Amino acid sequence: MSPKNARAAMIFAGLGFLALAASLALTALEDNIVFFRAPSELAEKPVAAGIALRVGGLVSEGSVARDGLNVSFQITDLAHQVDVRFTGMLPDLFREGQGVVAEGRFDASGIFIADTVLAKHDETYMPPEVAEALKASGRWQPDATHPGSDYGDMGAAAK
Amino acid sequence: MIAEFGHFALICALCVCLVQVGAGLAGANSVSAGLMRVADMSARAQFGLVLIAFGALTYSFVVSDFSLAVVHANSHIAKPLVYKIAGVWGNHEGSMLLWVLILALYGAAFSWGERAMPSSLHARILGVQGLMGIAFLVFLVVTSNPFARLDAAPFEGRGLTPILQDPALAAHPPLLYAGYVGFSITFSFAIAALLDGKIDRQWARWMRPWTLLAWVFLTLGIALGSYWAYYELGWGGFWFWDPVENASLMPWLAGTALLHSALVAERRGTLINWTLLLAIVTFALSLAGTFLVRSGVLTSVHAFANDPARGLFILAILALFTGGGLALFGWRAPATPADKFQPVSREALLVANNIFLATATVTVFVGTIYPLALDALGGPKISVGAPYFNAVFAPLTIPFLIMLPLGPLLAWRNDRLSPLVARLAPAALAAALITLGLALTRSGTPLLALVLLGGAFWLIGGALTDMGQRLRRLQNLTQTPLLSAPVAHAGLGVMIIGIITATAWRQELVVAATPGDALRVGEQSLRFDGVRERAGPNYTSEQGRLVYLDGAHEGKALLPERRFYEAERSQTTEAAITTDLTGHLYAVIGEPVDDKRVVRIWYHPFVAFIWIGAILMALGGALGLAGRVVGRRSHAATGTGA
Repeated sequence: MSPKNARAAMIFAGLGFLALAASLALTALEDNIVFFRAPSELAEKPVAAGIALRVGGLVSEGSVARDGLNVSFQITDLAHQVDVRFTGMLPDLFREGQGVVAEGRFDASGIFIADTVLAKHDETYMPPEVAEALKASGRWQPDATHPGSDYGDMGAAAK
Repeated sequence: MIAEFGHFALICALCVCLVQVGAGLAGANSVSAGLMRVADMSARAQFGLVLIAFGALTYSFVVSDFSLAVVHANSHIAKPLVYKIAGVWGNHEGSMLLWVLILALYGAAFSWGERAMPSSLHARILGVQGLMGIAFLVFLVVTSNPFARLDAAPFEGRGLTPILQDPALAAHPPLLYAGYVGFSITFSFAIAALLDGKIDRQWARWMRPWTLLAWVFLTLGIALGSYWAYYELGWGGFWFWDPVENASLMPWLAGTALLHSALVAERRGTLINWTLLLAIVTFALSLAGTFLVRSGVLTSVHAFANDPARGLFILAILALFTGGGLALFGWRAPATPADKFQPVSREALLVANNIFLATATVTVFVGTIYPLALDALGGPKISVGAPYFNAVFAPLTIPFLIMLPLGPLLAWRNDRLSPLVARLAPAALAAALITLGLALTRSGTPLLALVLLGGAFWLIGGALTDMGQRLRRLQNLTQTPLLSAPVAHAGLGVMIIGIITATAWRQELVVAATPGDALRVGEQSLRFDGVRERAGPNYTSEQGRLVYLDGAHEGKALLPERRFYEAERSQTTEAAITTDLTGHLYAVIGEPVDDKRVVRIWYHPFVAFIWIGAILMALGGALGLAGRVVGRRSHAATGTGA
């Protein structure tokens, strides 16, 4: 092979590899994107059962019921609610009135089966998605919480 | 008073920086030894001044001077001294001051340590380094003044987020920054060389040790962050593909590519342009990481700032240096002769390494930036999590692992495959046999995991073969740096074993347990003895007790805790971990449910290999660095020059 051809072959091999990687990345991206929805958005436009989703809002006051490891509660943006079920260990600061994000899927009966629940280690914090969901539903109280103003990690509990 | 002194020192540092840029760049252009000398002195003075500012802030934290806004917001009298000091960089302003301190330290270290190169290149590098100093000092003084006072000094501080009160996390930011910011020197090397117009093998030879230094720190910083997340967050995982983690992984991947392409540039005088580009991109990714982490666009433990002005400022710095660097590259990149490679040669394999690492960087970039870009453009809120990265990384890693051991054993220029096959046959055979053995004894292991494990064994086998060859050439201890590459490569293999086994063979149990219950995780039985209240120095806690009923640790207890920090009104989970080389037993307790308690236990086989592997990789890098220092000394001694 002349140097020129060898170089061309190298460039083609490199481009081929990049194309392969790009297609791999795009396919993986398509399969693994998870959308965030607020309860009001779900009331307006329900999502079919079995599709991976993140739902965020406040834990409704008085909605938490426990039976051993099984927990059921409601996530609200103070306009609409979503029924959620979770089995396992909840994050440290999961409690009624606290901002949370649940990851999971709706089942056939319209209950959101969460496999992960995210809350915050800090009492005054609210996930930004939740703050926006509350603003969108018109129930935002700026004094109650500071969205993203405080640092601290999202505590997670996965099944 | 001390704080005002620190503030004043920062402003002086900014002025000195202006001198450094002017003297460095103008001195190099006019070949004025006097001006270039001024650039050197400014670099050292800048470091001294920033150090004074940093000292002043540290002092304010130690004496709990709550009239300073950052001290009030991030400290507390009841906090142990070590965390008062760590609190200096546990907030936005202080951590940016640390950033600037390390930037100035690299400039000063370069000024002191790098005397062999032509004085004009030396002065230009200092000039470019000064440009970054200006950008970040202005950022600090204008948008993030760590010395801002409160009108009325409060009596007590708000405390430091409890999960940050941890020894590993006290050390994590300095190490990580030493890595990130270390790539500023290689960026300056690239820009100065483009300005200088003289880019050759010798240039790559001078730049490579600085790349190694930054890379070693970044490797350790990421590993420490991962270890902290593992034991402190209590989620049982070691890497979450969180955007903040990805922000540090991207410069690491690009920096690793740079390390290897600079080797080709140094030894063969080819890939020069690619090396220049990588040097610019690696630092751009470090800046992008700083932007992601510091701008508040991400929700995470690192998102201290929520002031949009700060985010925009860092974005402007990022755009300026990346855009400027790339434009200069496009304009001034040398017309090098076509890079010619024989397909069977070390440089060809190093090109393959770079293709893999560049691809990996791009895939991480896409998965990290896409959700943010979509949100910024008003699109739907999405998240891209671990499934994406696992789906992309695992298949990419396989060809990389297969090729990696060949590279170091091939000669430069041109080699033949057949002798190599004979030399690597034992490693291949051993890897195949171990993998087959695992496939038979560990039924249920996913095929992909087995393939990756096989690849890791093959990599370690290849590294040992390489090490054996090099050991035979070793005449005395000063030549141990020869072992740099095999040690680092073996480290990667060890790390992959840890990642795969701790993921594929993980055992897990979540139960609501009553005191007296016997619990079983994998092969291990434990008895839950209930929970008691306990008081710590600045927290109260609930402590669970789990006793080993059998095995090597029989009779010993695991004591997982839930801590409540009164000052910060915050709660944390403290996992209890038994750390054996063969695996960790990891226990956490949750909330009470009626008269029971939620208990979660994991068994992570060989998980320690992840961090041992990272330490080996850093050790390999450090050996290479030591080789350069020793090499330079002996060159100087024999009068051959560098």
